[in-house]
Formats: sequence, structure tokens, C-alpha cells
Amino acid sequence: MSILIDEHTKVICQGFTGKQGTFHSQHALNYGTKLVAGVTPGRGGSEHLGLPVFDTVQQAYAITKPDASVIYVPPFFAADAILEAVDADIKLIICITEGIPVLQMLRVKAAMATSDALLIGPNCPGIITPEACKIGIMPGSIHLPGSIGIVSRSGTLTYEAVHQTTQQGLGQSTCVGIGGDPIHGMNFIDVISRFQADDSTQGIIMVGEIGGGEEEEAAEYIKNHVTKPVVAYITGLTAPAGKRMGHAGAIVTGGKGTAEGKVSALKAAGVEVVNSPSKMGIAMKELISNG
Amino acid sequence: MNIHEFQAKQLFRDYLIPVPDSIVVTTADAASTAAQTLAGDSWAIKAQVHAGGRGKVGGVKIAQTAVAASELTAAMLGQRLVTKQTGTEGLPINSVLVEKTSDIKREFYLSLLVDRQKEKLCFIASASGGMDIEAVAEQNPEKIISVFINPAAGLQPYQCRQIAFALSLQGLQIKALHSIMSGMLRLLLDKDASQIEINPLVEIADDSLIALDAKINFDDNALALHKDITALRDTTQEDEKENKAKQFDLSYITLDGNIGCMVNGAGLAMATMDLVKLKGGTPANFLDVGGGTNIEKVTEAFKLIVSDKNVQAVLVNIFGGIVHCDVIAQGILGALQQIKTNLPVIVRLEGTHAEEGRLLLQGAAPNIFSADNLDHGAEQAVSLAGARL
Repeated sequence: MSILIDEHTKVICQGFTGKQGTFHSQHALNYGTKLVAGVTPGRGGSEHLGLPVFDTVQQAYAITKPDASVIYVPPFFAADAILEAVDADIKLIICITEGIPVLQMLRVKAAMATSDALLIGPNCPGIITPEACKIGIMPGSIHLPGSIGIVSRSGTLTYEAVHQTTQQGLGQSTCVGIGGDPIHGMNFIDVISRFQADDSTQGIIMVGEIGGGEEEEAAEYIKNHVTKPVVAYITGLTAPAGKRMGHAGAIVTGGKGTAEGKVSALKAAGVEVVNSPSKMGIAMKELISNG
Repeated sequence: MNIHEFQAKQLFRDYLIPVPDSIVVTTADAASTAAQTLAGDSWAIKAQVHAGGRGKVGGVKIAQTAVAASELTAAMLGQRLVTKQTGTEGLPINSVLVEKTSDIKREFYLSLLVDRQKEKLCFIASASGGMDIEAVAEQNPEKIISVFINPAAGLQPYQCRQIAFALSLQGLQIKALHSIMSGMLRLLLDKDASQIEINPLVEIADDSLIALDAKINFDDNALALHKDITALRDTTQEDEKENKAKQFDLSYITLDGNIGCMVNGAGLAMATMDLVKLKGGTPANFLDVGGGTNIEKVTEAFKLIVSDKNVQAVLVNIFGGIVHCDVIAQGILGALQQIKTNLPVIVRLEGTHAEEGRLLLQGAAPNIFSADNLDHGAEQAVSLAGARL
């Protein structure tokens, strides 16, 4: 059907009454997402967008029993918001916020080590299962229910992959933006393993970029565990070393995390690596047709 | 954010990490006075720039007399230092550190940074100090010692001993190393540093350990929490256009090509640069105007791009999602009216209302070209670069 979320997924929003929270919650509601409540400390008991507002995630959880929480709070409050959601026993936490200090994310990840909650992001567009549930800032209209699972470190490149698979008539099972920060929640392997296990996903598109070693680790995993066709696009071939390319995590340091290294690791794992972002959809179409 | 060696060494002093006595100066006269104040037989005259590799290109000299200290300083001040880390333009030398020389017996490497894969802080040490650690890691990986810090337990004495014995330290040196490592860790945690590097850490004549060089990088995302660190910023060492871009919340990086790029989203911006290269051109910049872009941002972005004299064509690549393409097209036209450039501007719009956006651009001005798709846009930009329209 899909991974992680579907039409039954109940969602709350942290930072609900803020500008970002309001704007994207309205879009999510229009899309049909089962948004059931919001949290803004000090605004408990009021109503916003026709939904109840709670002071704490714990209160929201007790009343509405959500499956997921989406976080739109400013960067210096985001680590606190993630941990509040973990503590309230929410199992899927999506943090859109960009600009969280790295040391705060290290503490969050350490604190989450003993929890079974999943974190998507931060600094990501979110997750969507087309026409079922949209959690995040992606434009709903470009999506089409279908068979391709998309996982990406970049927002707009995810939209490119979505748009192309829609144009090719393939559609998407679920799209997950894992985010552009160096320390983040779910990684490529966490998502790709779920796509491999998901019956409705027939092919996987992964979009990686310079920095870190997650693409290389994913290549190793794909070689040993993935039987479905995988198309990859890696960006940052022309990025100068030592410079942060927009995303906090997109940086080549000490000769590590280069695009060339990632491309060759993925090719060695049998992944179809395209050299232009415009070829992701067509390459997947060809793999599926020939498969 | 980077800071100078003399600033990093002051932070080291605050955290009880031993450093040589030194005085930072901005005039030749002050250098001579500094040498006399510091006393001793000789002094290192060190150019203060935000780049490594200074020693190899004359950025560090030894003065045997106070007069020499003054002369060497005079020769450095006002010059630009080009190292392998600076690019061909180099960085201006506005200050010089006059430092008492040390009688060096052995040189080590010691750094503390965030390891992305293990999601832990990590000390890296090597007995091959003073060298390029990347080269050591490449050629002799067994000579590198890594120690990961458990976030709950913190730095343990055994971890310091691991490094101390690997570096063949003895007696009081082991305690001294523990103190240095503790200081580095406290400094990193207190100030949200992303990396602290001591290269070299040296053993001197009396067997004590001191940090001969000091390099600290800070997490840009945390700077707003540390006014004392932001006060250390030296914008003369940073790219002027990159700083200007930050004022408008644009993410910009100068490159050396001739195709200016304006894109929404960091990933797509990098992809656009790669595609320009793939089509035989070279990108002049990385520029992310952000997801929810507007006419002010687009105008500022155009201004930045055309202020680069090397730019011969501008490639605009926008995926319109929640912000529709027709709105973006109007923004681009509005911006171009203000900028009045004759450069060819190739626009690729995709996503919501893309067709309406393209129609608005078609024939709007002789130098505006609407591309059918991304590959086509990049090809056009490369072939139109330098064209007179």
C-alpha cells in the first residue's frame, strides 16, 4: 500500500498556530490529511483551523491518540519539540525545521536511542503517500498514487523525481524527504528497506548529495538486500571541497563524501545512476518496462 | 564560521589548553615592541588569515631580532596570502601574530569533531603532527587514532590514555594530555564549535605539551546563541558576495565559471551546476533563493549574479510547488525590469502552472529565453553565454 503513513494516519502539529504551522496545516487539511489537533504552549483550550489546540504533546496524545506529529517550530526550540513528542509516545515524528544546531541534534539522537519512535528530518520537506496523507511542505498537486518509492536528502529534487514519475504515469507509493542536515533521523537504508518490503512499491528512486557516507552505506545494503529496481541521482559533482552547499550536511571534508565516490559505490551495487536530474523518471520507466 | 589563530589561542587559554606566549599586532612598530615584551631569542611571525597551509607559502617566518620581527611584519601586512585553501585571490593579511618560538622535540596531531556516521563527538590523534592529516589518513590510516565520546558518559580517562600511549607519551604528559582533551571538549560544547584542531601539538624541551597552532570552526546554526563568538567574526576574510547574500536570506557561493545560476532549493541548485558542467559550461555560482521565493529575493539574487563580471549568461531554474510558476515568472520579469541587464537569461520553469509561467516569459524581452526542460535550459545557457543580444 505504502510505507509509514496511509489514509488512516492521525497527525498532530507542533507549532500549530505559528505562520508556517498554520499555512502548511491548512494545505494538509485541504489535501485530506487526518490532522486531528495542534500543540502550542499557552494556547491550550483554544481552536485553530477548526481543530483543538493543546498546551503539551502529552495532553494532545491523551485525547487524540495520534500516530504522527509534524514539527514547525523555530530552530532553537525544535530539539525540545522532538523530545517532547518522543516522551509522549508518538511513534513517527517529522521535523521540518531547518537550522537546528548540530550538538542539539546529537543529544536528541542519543536520547532517542532507547526509543522505538522514528524521526524524519530535520531540515526536510516531510513525507507523503499520494491522495492518502501529506505531512510536510511538499506541493500535493504534483503527486499521483502509484508504484515508485522516493527517498531524498533534498526538497526540490524530490519534487523533480515526483513530477517525472507522475508524467511517466508511474506515480508514487510514498515519498520521504530524509533531510539535508548532517545529523538526522531515518536514513536511506531505513527507508529503502521499507520500500523493499512494501508490496505496492515496484521501484525506488534515491536522491543523494555530497557529504557524509550514507549513500555508500545504502549502496552496500542495496547490493545485498534489494531486489527491486533502483534509480539514483547524486548531486554536487561541481561543488568545491570544504564549502557548505546550502544544506548544513552538503559538504566535502577531508576528501570524504564526494559525489564521485557515491556514484561509483552505487554503480558497483547495480544501481542505475543517472547523470542528469531530468532523467530520473524516464530511467525508472525503462527499468520497470524491461523488468 | 572561522576565526583567526590568535582568537582561537585566546579561547584555548580560557580553557587551560597551553599555548606559547604571543601578541597580535597590526603595525610593524608594534611587532618590534611585542618581540621585546615577549623576550626570548626568536619569534615566529605568523600571518593571520582564515586558511591553513600558511607555512608553505611564506605566511610564517622566524625573526631572530626585534628589528627583523618589525621588518617581516611590515612585509606581510597589507599583502594577500595565497595558500592551497584560499583560491587564487588569496586572503588579506590585516594582522600578524608575534609568538615566542618553542624548542620542539616531537609534533603530534589532535582534533575534536562531530562524526556524522557514528553520531558522536570524536577525537582524532596522530603521531605525525604538523603534516596534512588528510594525507596521513590516505597513506597511513593505521597511524590515525580515533576515540568516540559517549554522550551520556562523556570523555573517560582511559580514552585519553589510549591516545597518550599511542603517541608514546610518558609520566606527567599523560595527565597533561587529559587536561588538553578535557579543555577541547568543554570548549566545543560550551561554544557550539563544530571542529577544534591542534596541528601541531608539540612536546617541547622541558617535556611539556603546547598547542603550536589552533584552528576552531563554529556551527553557523548556533551562532545566534553565542554573542562572544559572533563578535570574533572577521568579514575581511570572507567572500563579500556570500555575506551580502546572507543579508537577504539567500544561500550563495562564488565559483569561477561564466554561467550564473539562480535556483530554488539547495539540492536543485547543486544539480543545476552539475548539469551546466555536463553540457560543457562552467557555473559561476551556487545560489539557492529558497522555497517560498518572492520578487524581492529574486531581484537581489539577480543583482548578486550580474555583479560578477565573469557572468555571461544566467540560468534560472525553478520548480514551482506551493508558489506557482506564473507568480515566479512575474517576479523574474519584475526583477529584470529593475536590473536592466543585456545578458541572456534562460528560464526553466517546472511544476504548478508551469505552462502559464512560460507563456508570460515568451517574447517578454529579446534576452529572455524560456527553456522547455532542464537539459534544454542548461544547453541554451552554455551556447548563449557571451552572445550579444
